[in-house]
Amino acid sequence: MIRVENVTLRIGAKTLLDAVDLTCLPGSLTVIVGPNGAGKSTLLSVIAGDLEADAGRVALSGTPLARMSVRRLAQVRAVFPQGSEIRFGYPVEEVVAMGRAFRDLPVAEDARIVEREMTQAEILHMAHRNAQTLSGGEQARTTFARVAVQQTDVVLLDEPTAALDLRHQERVLAAARRMAAEGATVVAVLHDLNLAAAHADSIVLMQAGRIVAEGPPWQVLTEELVARVYRQDVCILPHPARDCPVVLTR
Amino acid sequence: MSEAGDTAFARPDRPAGRPADRRPLLAWAVAALFVATLMASVAVGAIPLSPSELAAALLSKLGPSEMTPDETLNAAIVWDLRLARSLMAVVVGASLATCGAAMQGLFGNPLADPGIVGVSSGASLGAMAVIILQISTFGIWTLPVGAFVAGTCTTFVIYALARPGVAGGDNSRLLLVGIAVNAIGGAVAGFLTYLATADQLQSLTFWSMGSLSTARWVTLAIVTPPAVVGIALLMRWSRPLDLLALGERQARHLGVDVKILRRKLIFVTALLVAAAVSFAGTIGFVGLVVPHLFRLMIGPGHRWLIPFSAGGGGLLVMLADMAARTLDPPNEVPIGVIMGALGGPFFLWMIWRGQGQGRGA
Repeated sequence: MIRVENVTLRIGAKTLLDAVDLTCLPGSLTVIVGPNGAGKSTLLSVIAGDLEADAGRVALSGTPLARMSVRRLAQVRAVFPQGSEIRFGYPVEEVVAMGRAFRDLPVAEDARIVEREMTQAEILHMAHRNAQTLSGGEQARTTFARVAVQQTDVVLLDEPTAALDLRHQERVLAAARRMAAEGATVVAVLHDLNLAAAHADSIVLMQAGRIVAEGPPWQVLTEELVARVYRQDVCILPHPARDCPVVLTR
Repeated sequence: MSEAGDTAFARPDRPAGRPADRRPLLAWAVAALFVATLMASVAVGAIPLSPSELAAALLSKLGPSEMTPDETLNAAIVWDLRLARSLMAVVVGASLATCGAAMQGLFGNPLADPGIVGVSSGASLGAMAVIILQISTFGIWTLPVGAFVAGTCTTFVIYALARPGVAGGDNSRLLLVGIAVNAIGGAVAGFLTYLATADQLQSLTFWSMGSLSTARWVTLAIVTPPAVVGIALLMRWSRPLDLLALGERQARHLGVDVKILRRKLIFVTALLVAAAVSFAGTIGFVGLVVPHLFRLMIGPGHRWLIPFSAGGGGLLVMLADMAARTLDPPNEVPIGVIMGALGGPFFLWMIWRGQGQGRGA
């Protein structure tokens, strides 16, 4: 469960987040969308505890962020960051296992969970490869597996699909939904409105540091609203196979 | 989740097992070389000892026995001069190599080395100041304390200017800061040289070139505790050190309090440099060469990298000191010259291999 109350964040004269309120419930996948510079990643960083808000409160699973140590935070939330890097040639398997390093979970389980999530992310066959030699997409899948093995109640994903091909975009969002189905509170920042529409329980549309709309895909993704926020005309149709909207540029 | 027709991806088999674990074999090899080198370094010198003479001299401390004048002399050479010196080489090498490994983890940069980055010159400046200004606040500990304090300050400054993640390309920035710090160190050293008396001048030359010739049991007893404590702490922190490879932000996401870890690492690396520099002067490149080679052989995990670096560093400095003593007897070639001759080309090779990005390993 994530509760964001009246969060404001300024850097210099610029207001990055302006009195944002947001509640995400356990068992749900919330997708934050919005044009460049809307404050999506900033909001995610505040929830993750990377950035401290100038005003307002953030609580994860009922505990205010300010009262959690770094170690405690790692028990509660996992973060898929934008732009992963690895500075030395650790094997993929070890990078994934780093997700468990400071998790207070039975160590005996570690190997099994790591293998399971590597299989999920389809990186098991490169378990012993030097993580520095991976392609962008393989790196992203490695990072996703690392986030998954952390097995936290709150999962924050910042553009997890940016580097991925079609198949792996679907797989990552399916995995995120599975985490939600198992009781986690999952929040993802996505650029692709169609991915958001297909997978989100709730879409949060942001613009200039504020939330302009929040609700199920059909409710938030309207031609009028998307056109206004993105300054781009669109058509919105029903998906031929799935029960969700499809957004096409006009 | 395995769909039909996509078996290659849906059920990826593990590649033919994990790569063979070279660590046990390598550990034995390093240990064997280590012991052989220790014996050789005690036997070799102005008065060379045969294996049987060496054995007799080593065993002479076990119990009172009749000794010929020759045997008494040999025992004195081995026990009063060479053994302490060889062990000092081990402590200095182990400290420098583990310090290098830890600094590379901290800076996320395989080119970080206490000498290149300037920590050694900062620490030896502290030691020089103690000598020239004749400070003796902490008795026999004044010298290492001076080196430690100056080393800590230097590392903080370097980290503040060249911490990983700061815009402007980590590698070049770190090296530029190193150049600046070394230049300042050189200037202050020059000024201290100007102030120094003839006697003090000799010990100053010794700092800048590095030498183990002043090693005695007393100095060994002084530097061993900080070295052992420092290496033990680094081994304890090997897991958070590994996670730092993901960058500060992600390490934090995974539960590493980076601020605290950074402070702890800066103190411990300064402690290790102080242990190395206090009585041996600046010996460069050990912290660069040794961790790099072991990273190539056993991978970057610090749980193994730290102990292997300790052993390998001790081995390398023992060998270099042996060379220093035997290349031009009865004179000694400064050990810094030997390490520079080895390390400089190695450094160039690393840069060439990393295409200037310093991405070794």
